[in-house]
Amino acid sequence: MKYIDEYRDPELARRYVDVIASLVTQPWQIMEVCGGQTHAIVRFGIDQLLPDEVTLLHGPGCPVCVTPLELIDRALAIAVRPEVTFCSFGDMLRVPGSRDDLLSAKARGADVRIVYSPLDALTIAADNPDRQVVFFAVGFETTAPANAMAVHLARERALDNFSLLVSHVLVPPALEAILASPDRVVDGFLAAGHVCVIMGLAAYLPIAAEHRVPIVATGFEPTDILQGIAMCVRQLEQGRAEVENQYARAIRSDGNPHAVEMIREVFEVVPRKWRGIGEIPASGLVLRSAYRAHDAERRFDVGGIVTEEHAECISGLVLQGIKKPADCPAFGRACTPERPLGATMVSSEGACAAYHRYRGLA
Amino acid sequence: MDCPVPLRHDHVQLAHGGGGRLMQELIEGVFLPAFGEPTTRHDSAVLATASGRIAMTTDGYVVRPRFFAGGDIGSLAVFGTVNDLAMAGATPRWLSAAFVLEEGLAIAELRRICASMAEAAERCGVTIVTGDTKVVDRGKGDGVFIVTTGIGELPPNLPIVAPAEVRPEDAVLISGDVGRHGMAVMSAREGLGFEASLESDCGPLHEVVAALLEAGLPIHCLRDLTRGGLASALNEIARDGGVDVVVDEAAVGVCDAVRGACEILGLDPFYVACEGRMVAFVPAAQAEEALAVLRAHRSDAACIGRVRARHGDRPGRVSVRGALGAERSLDLLSGEQLPRIC
Repeated sequence: MKYIDEYRDPELARRYVDVIASLVTQPWQIMEVCGGQTHAIVRFGIDQLLPDEVTLLHGPGCPVCVTPLELIDRALAIAVRPEVTFCSFGDMLRVPGSRDDLLSAKARGADVRIVYSPLDALTIAADNPDRQVVFFAVGFETTAPANAMAVHLARERALDNFSLLVSHVLVPPALEAILASPDRVVDGFLAAGHVCVIMGLAAYLPIAAEHRVPIVATGFEPTDILQGIAMCVRQLEQGRAEVENQYARAIRSDGNPHAVEMIREVFEVVPRKWRGIGEIPASGLVLRSAYRAHDAERRFDVGGIVTEEHAECISGLVLQGIKKPADCPAFGRACTPERPLGATMVSSEGACAAYHRYRGLA
Repeated sequence: MDCPVPLRHDHVQLAHGGGGRLMQELIEGVFLPAFGEPTTRHDSAVLATASGRIAMTTDGYVVRPRFFAGGDIGSLAVFGTVNDLAMAGATPRWLSAAFVLEEGLAIAELRRICASMAEAAERCGVTIVTGDTKVVDRGKGDGVFIVTTGIGELPPNLPIVAPAEVRPEDAVLISGDVGRHGMAVMSAREGLGFEASLESDCGPLHEVVAALLEAGLPIHCLRDLTRGGLASALNEIARDGGVDVVVDEAAVGVCDAVRGACEILGLDPFYVACEGRMVAFVPAAQAEEALAVLRAHRSDAACIGRVRARHGDRPGRVSVRGALGAERSLDLLSGEQLPRIC
């Protein structure tokens, strides 16, 4: 299939592996930021093809994983209200809150629907003026433009019964937090290609310069990832710390200005808590005051929500690349995709879930 | 079917399930014209079998939407049950059909579904010999639910065809490409508007099974791929047969329309439903011959893997050798696949 097969070509993949092997002279730890990349690496066994010197660390870029537990509890509390039609992308539905998940709430009678775009939720709001339609706006910079557009249109069309429950996070501040950690283990980053498609590369320039770390904006197919690793290893071996673009077929250095403008119009940047990591300054988005009438957190008072993460879970360390899934005593035993204890097991893109699915316990 | 008896109502009423005149009207105006007059109208159909052993299976059909590219709930309710009989090596003979109708269903739609069932039954050489109708209040059903029970006759001296017969080194054959039904239904249900044509593979497998058996090939196990797709079928066989199965990813056919839709939605085609495909486990020595039989029915039939002995007492597992050479586990999913955020 065009645009797929050429990027999964075994011969091309082998050539990149050879290039990496010819470049590397010492151990390097490279973090792929995005959960989609983690999924591809584990699924295709890319980490097993690499020379021993190169270790891949799995980053925090799974939006489902890093959505705080209290926000999931808040989503559940809103979803079960009789006047609410709660819309979400599919993979949030199985994520457990403190006691429950959205699929179970649906089974008990809550009006919970899977949609494929926030604009679908907007259509539901237009068609059902007597329902309060809430869209669970989860994601990185990639999903923010469409969510912003939905709110923008809701205001323009006076769809007062539409609101967003916002859990948007931003990638560059998370990289800063990982680099600032005293336990820093990351030598180089593969940045999430689709985030850069929207935002461009500028935000990464000061990070690369200040922390002396190469950052290669990378795609999601096996040969994309291998080429990104090769570019990153070459920089490390040459002592460079630059921002490079492996995913040039999709990324322009200034991103998608229309999408960025829509995000800035609707959202503003705030500190945000990341599940497993904690609060990161300037790492989240909330609706600007002009759009706050569409903020589900303000619209629905569900009271104070207090949550507690499982003591045994090491997902915070996994998200920062400090530990691997198998280092956790609960992995595959107390913690499984059916009964996840923490962030990295809840979504198929989380590192623990990917290891569990594709590698099993062996 | 061209000139059905006119009914007093255009839509199903509760009384159509009530046992009175309206129910007689429904039977005589819709079901009998489609399925034919039984030899005797009685509480049971009485069937004569030549063989000593019969196979029996039952399945409920609740698909939404009821009509989709490549099929509908009627043809599905026949082919699905016929295929389950065929997987035991049986020749499908008779079906029952129980309808749970929702009050308000258009009679014209019911006629269309019955016509599709009749056509499917004729194609499979089965007779719908008995049935039942119930009507539930509006809002308490989803239009039409159909339950079909099937009986088939087993050829004399047919060896057992079941997971327990699977042996290490058996070849795993597949009768065609995967994922069409699930993606066609999802595309229609969710209004995804894919430009590429996505048709369900909904269809019967009894002919290809009969051809395998007539060729005298020692078939160890057959399994049709339904919900949960290829991955779930192989996992069931690995578990029940106490063996490991290794699949070569590149050998499994996935058409571009299914592949593209799965890529967009973040789904794995190995877990997507089929309704007209099966896997066959045969000894390696007969794999080529069996594959030739499958290919006479569909040119994209393929040999996709091998059976291995499992280690020790642990349950049988399925793994996939990917395009880049690494082997990964292909486990059962905890629930249905859900489309991803990004």
